[in-house]
Amino acid sequence: MRARDMKTQAPKIAPQYTLYHPRWYRERVSTYWWLQQKGYLKFVLREISSVFVAVFVVVTLFQLNALRQGPDAYEHFQHWLRTPVALSINIISLCFVVFHTITWFNVAPQAIPPIKLRGRKLPAALIATSNFAAWLVVSGVIAWLVLR
Amino acid sequence: MARESNEAFYWTLFSAGGVVAALFIPAYLLLFYISIPLGWVRVPSYDHLFHLASMPIVRMFLFLLCSLSLFHWAHRFRYTLYDGLQMKHLNEVIFTLCYGGAVLGTVVAAYLVWNFV
Repeated sequence: MRARDMKTQAPKIAPQYTLYHPRWYRERVSTYWWLQQKGYLKFVLREISSVFVAVFVVVTLFQLNALRQGPDAYEHFQHWLRTPVALSINIISLCFVVFHTITWFNVAPQAIPPIKLRGRKLPAALIATSNFAAWLVVSGVIAWLVLR
Repeated sequence: MARESNEAFYWTLFSAGGVVAALFIPAYLLLFYISIPLGWVRVPSYDHLFHLASMPIVRMFLFLLCSLSLFHWAHRFRYTLYDGLQMKHLNEVIFTLCYGGAVLGTVVAAYLVWNFV
């Protein structure tokens, strides 16, 4: 109501009203802010581990395709795996993926809802440890299935 | 875009992919892409690997491993570009590239495991 009153009362030659935009003072953050502290760097490296997860998936899709096409195609794929380029990529990928696993399991106790056992909260260390135990078992099963 | 309201959905995929990647990728990668090429272990025969990969449960596993891991990547990489390189203004482009990549990889993985034998 008030706004309409003001509109009708405003003289026709009134200057255009421009909204006032306050400009807050903000310090410019460098694009490379994550190089300034060890904790920031660790955070960014953890985020970058996802790139190597994607690289692994691409290699695995090629592996599946080769396996599907026959023994010759698979031999060709294995030959590529032995090249220095492939080995370098995969060794770097392994480092990042292991970093992902360790950081992922270590924050798991904070990320999942608290589990209560006989009215007491399950200790964080136990949750992380059981995750690492599961990792060991799963790794063993994969190796056994493939190498038996 | 109805993106903001779907954030929980994308986060769930990210989280599921994170678990799958953490549990399975290190062993798989160390075994197939490092130990076997370097001759640290006996090289499994083609027939054995083919037999393994033709089992429905293994194909299902490989599909989920590839797809969920890619959705994990899409979410994390998107935020790395937003925050790490301060590219929030390219929001739409980054979103499309990341999730487009994950969807493409999922389609390829589905095609490969579906038409495996």
